[in-house]
Amino acid sequence: MTTASASRTIRVETLARVEGEGALYIKLAGEHVTDVKLSIYEPPRMFEAFLRGRHFSEVPDITARICGICPFAYQMSSVHALEAALGVTIDPAVRLLRRLFYCGEWIESHALHIYMLHAPDFLGFQDAVAMAAQHRELVERALRLKKVGNTLMVVLGGREIHPISATVGGFYKTPRKQQLTALVPELEWALEAALQTVEFTSKLEFPDFEQDYIFVALHHPQEYPLNEGRIVSSSGLDIRAAEYEEHFVESHVKHSNALHSTLRGRGSYLVGPLARFSLDYEQLPREAQQAAVAAGLKPPVKNPFRSIVVRAVELVFACAEALRLIREYEPPAASRVEVAAGPGVGHAATEAPRGLLYHRYLLDDHGLVRAAKIVPPTAQNQKRIEDDLREYAARLSGWPLADATWKCEQAVRNYDPCISCATHFLKVTIEQERP
Amino acid sequence: MSSKTKRKPKIAVFKFASCDGCQLSLLDAEDELLAIVGEVELAYFPEATRAALRGPYDIGLVEGSITTHHDAQRIQQVRRQCKTLVTLGACATAGGIQALRNWKDVDEFVRVVYASPQFISTLKLSTPISEHVPVDFELRGCPISKAHLLELLSATLIGRKPNIPAHSVCLECKRRGQVCVLVARGEPCLGPVTQAGCGALCPGFDRGCFGCFGPVAGANTAALTAQLLALGQKDYQLARLFRGFNAWSWPFRKASEECEKR
Ligand code: SF4
Ligand code: SF4
Repeated sequence: MTTASASRTIRVETLARVEGEGALYIKLAGEHVTDVKLSIYEPPRMFEAFLRGRHFSEVPDITARICGICPFAYQMSSVHALEAALGVTIDPAVRLLRRLFYCGEWIESHALHIYMLHAPDFLGFQDAVAMAAQHRELVERALRLKKVGNTLMVVLGGREIHPISATVGGFYKTPRKQQLTALVPELEWALEAALQTVEFTSKLEFPDFEQDYIFVALHHPQEYPLNEGRIVSSSGLDIRAAEYEEHFVESHVKHSNALHSTLRGRGSYLVGPLARFSLDYEQLPREAQQAAVAAGLKPPVKNPFRSIVVRAVELVFACAEALRLIREYEPPAASRVEVAAGPGVGHAATEAPRGLLYHRYLLDDHGLVRAAKIVPPTAQNQKRIEDDLREYAARLSGWPLADATWKCEQAVRNYDPCISCATHFLKVTIEQERP
Repeated sequence: MSSKTKRKPKIAVFKFASCDGCQLSLLDAEDELLAIVGEVELAYFPEATRAALRGPYDIGLVEGSITTHHDAQRIQQVRRQCKTLVTLGACATAGGIQALRNWKDVDEFVRVVYASPQFISTLKLSTPISEHVPVDFELRGCPISKAHLLELLSATLIGRKPNIPAHSVCLECKRRGQVCVLVARGEPCLGPVTQAGCGALCPGFDRGCFGCFGPVAGANTAALTAQLLALGQKDYQLARLFRGFNAWSWPFRKASEECEKR
């Protein structure tokens, strides 16, 4: 350093327990954070480019491959956008099945993140395996919960990673009622386990850290958002998915292979569990609201470290909703409607476990994709993660290096960032200049 | 008892360009995970642990394809650190879905996706791991089959050859007593030329196979192409059908290029 102050550098070669790979760089001068960069250097995979020229019916199988953690969310955002482009109306029973499928993905993904990726931070373990040595019951609960979600996906989609049943217009094949009711006992167990998860997470220790977020999520008057809704924000936005691009801008910064999203004129914003909980609390089923109250959660939740409790509340929601949907399920007369190829533009947003996921497609006369746009949740949160760290790292200036680093990693993991989605590899570097 | 005296084999999981799905399969083995980690040491697995032990590793599992200069160098280091190197899935084994760039102008692709293309550094081709370093075993699939992964791990640990099927999806379909979507309904299906592994999922869901597990040994793509053309499929449709998650594997690549040329 050329300045009078000595510099302090913290480096973590690889930020672990996130889906994918990236790097985090923080520079501190005394108590001031002078630079924060979250770089996502997962190699670009360029889906938006090679979707061009593909037939609309092939799109859901391709978009699933963006992410192995939440393939169904990708399938659904693309299916909904293509249905909008082609003017397709689906059978209401198909819509409910899609919701049920989402519940499976949320259960699987939230259980994985809460217990296996995030809880070890709070309890001071390197990973869930080390945690299992002392808290075997927690890891066993996690695995069984995850399995309930995955089983639901297998029944509906053939397999949990890159399921094969969803298509534009419906499903290739819908399950028999009996296949679903067979899942009820395990789901009832899962609902109990989810309630225990809320209790467990609410007792963890949280740093006293609150941020003034602009929350963005889907909003639907009758239901907690999964498939559809208007895009709303805590700063008064209320638009259709088709208007997304008038309000959200993506820019490309040098340090990242993922694009940065901002809300026009407002800067960074936050999508995901905190945003959904804060904007859609009224739509949560009673069990989930009661669990939230018991855990001391009230919307809006502004402490990102509490996202683990909010995820647990969403786990309660997903289990309760799955049970409701199975009870109400009557197989549709036809598993899908025939869809004729044609030109059109379609937009859609759905709620992936990590937050709002926006897709747009432009189709030509033959139903081939001429242009595609995909904005994954992690790309939308990327700038917000940097903003959190700018605030949070400043409070850690007196901390031992190793502890400060681990805390910053945890602050990133609050977001359950899926860097495969945003494109992957998280590396943490903190430089601190000392007086 | 032996676990006290014997060192546990070290396993490492590395990621290149991919969706994370294949390595997730290990965490998705809910019933077996705790037993597995009792027998091995997860020495390096960033998706699951902060701990990172140094190599050498007994088994290296590699997910993803090579698409950057940096990764082309990194795979060399990975190979040097691993006694046995196994690829997981279509990306690592055949270049993956991102190999669709291989027929296109990559610079144009980058311009389509990124506002500032000068910030992006990427190779013209997405290539499988075996084009860069020797590979000891390749697990097929997009994603891989969990059962195959467990078989691979247990076989390697006791030093025998993994018993992974090498027949076509058709055979799995027959075994399950499913109606053939190609013969009965005239729908395009890659089952006859695709390696088994999924349990013939798609025909069971009333749709044709699109080739997740890549070409089966001795795949007769010419015969299948002729049959599908006779059923009324167009060349350009077949070119797209072969160009999926294993597009860069030699038999599918050749078949798609022939369809495109005609
Ligand atoms: S082979 Fe398929 S499942 Fe595996 S990482 Fe690649 S895209 Fe994902
Ligand atoms: S596309 Fe083929 S290999 Fe893939 S799941 Fe379907 S039947 Fe199996």
